[in-house]
Amino acid sequence: MANYANPDVLVSTDWVEQHKSDPKVVIAEVDVDTNAYNEGHVAGAVGWNWQTQLCDTVRRDVIGKADLEKLLGSSGIGNDTMVVLYGDNNNWFAAWALWQLKMYGHKDVRIMNGGRKKWLAEGRPLTKDAPAPKPKTYKAAERNESLRAYLRQVQDAMNSPRSVMVDVRSPDEFTGKILSPPGLPETCQRGGHIPGAKNIPWGKACNEDGTFKSADELAALYSGQGVTADKNVIAYCRIGERSSHTWFVLKYLLGYPNVVNYDGSWTEWGNLVNAPVEKGA
Amino acid sequence: MKAEAYRTITQEINGFKVNVTSYKIGEQFYCHVTNVDPDATISRAEAVTRGEAEKIAIEKATERLKPKN
Repeated sequence: MANYANPDVLVSTDWVEQHKSDPKVVIAEVDVDTNAYNEGHVAGAVGWNWQTQLCDTVRRDVIGKADLEKLLGSSGIGNDTMVVLYGDNNNWFAAWALWQLKMYGHKDVRIMNGGRKKWLAEGRPLTKDAPAPKPKTYKAAERNESLRAYLRQVQDAMNSPRSVMVDVRSPDEFTGKILSPPGLPETCQRGGHIPGAKNIPWGKACNEDGTFKSADELAALYSGQGVTADKNVIAYCRIGERSSHTWFVLKYLLGYPNVVNYDGSWTEWGNLVNAPVEKGA
Repeated sequence: MKAEAYRTITQEINGFKVNVTSYKIGEQFYCHVTNVDPDATISRAEAVTRGEAEKIAIEKATERLKPKN
C-alpha cells in the first residue's frame, strides 16, 4: 500500500469484506460517535465504546491490563488473533484503540483504510445483528510505556533540540483562539500551545475518502515542518486521541523510530499552573 | 442492508462551520452534525426522511452551539 514503511498495518475495505468471516480475524468498530455502531456495522464486528471500554473509568488513564484482557477475551480475541480496527471520522478512535493494543503487546492489529466512512460510501453490506464471539482467554503483556509521553518527558523535550512536538489540533485551538472544538466541552483554563510545537492537524494525513495519504505525501507533510525521523517526536492534541492517529501515521506508515503519544495533551498542559504557553501561529 | 444516498454538506450554524452528513440504512435516515475540525459529533438524529433527520439534528446542533452569555 502506497510505499508505507509498514504496509501490513493496513487492510482495505475489499479485504475486510472478503475476510469478515475468517475465524482468525476479529473486526472491531470504534467510533467517535458511540451510537454509530448501532446504525449498522460490518457483519461480525464487535463494537467498543471509547468512553467506557477503552479507558480507566475512575482515574484518567488508558484501560487497565485486567480490563483489556477481559474486553479482548470477550470479543473472541486470543493472543494470536488478527484484530482489524475501523471507525468513523477517518479512523480517529480506531487509532486510539490500536495505540492501546500495541502498549499491551498485541502483535497483529491493523486498521481498515478509510474506516466506516469509506465502507458506507461504497455501499458495502451492514447489519444490526449483534455478533456472538466465542470467548477466549487473553493474556496481555505488561504495558509498554515507551509508546507514551508523560508530562515530565514533555517538559524535558521542550528544551531539547533533538525533540520536536507536533500539535495535531486545529489551527484555532493551536493559536488559542478557541479552547476546544465547537460543540465540545471546554476542558482547559488557557488556550494556545506548548512552546515550540509545530501545528500539523491530524486530518491532513487523510484523503477525502478517509484513506491515508501516500507515503510521499505524508513525508512531505511532516518533514516540511521539521518533524523528521531523526528526532524524538511527541504528538499531542486535546485529550490524546487525535494524536494517537498521528502517532500511528508517523510510527507505522512513515516508520519513524522514536515517536510517542502525549495523552495528557492540552487538557493537562493547558490546566497547569505556571506552565509556559505560546499563543498565535 | 447498506448505506444509501450518502451525502455531506457544509453549512454555518451560529457562526460555526459544520458538516451535515446524512444517509439511509434500511428504512431509516440518519443525520450527524459535526464540527469541521476535528469532525466530532455535535448532534445526531434519525427519521424516516432525510429532511426530517437533518431538521432535528440541525435544531439540536443550533442549541448546543448557542453563544454562552
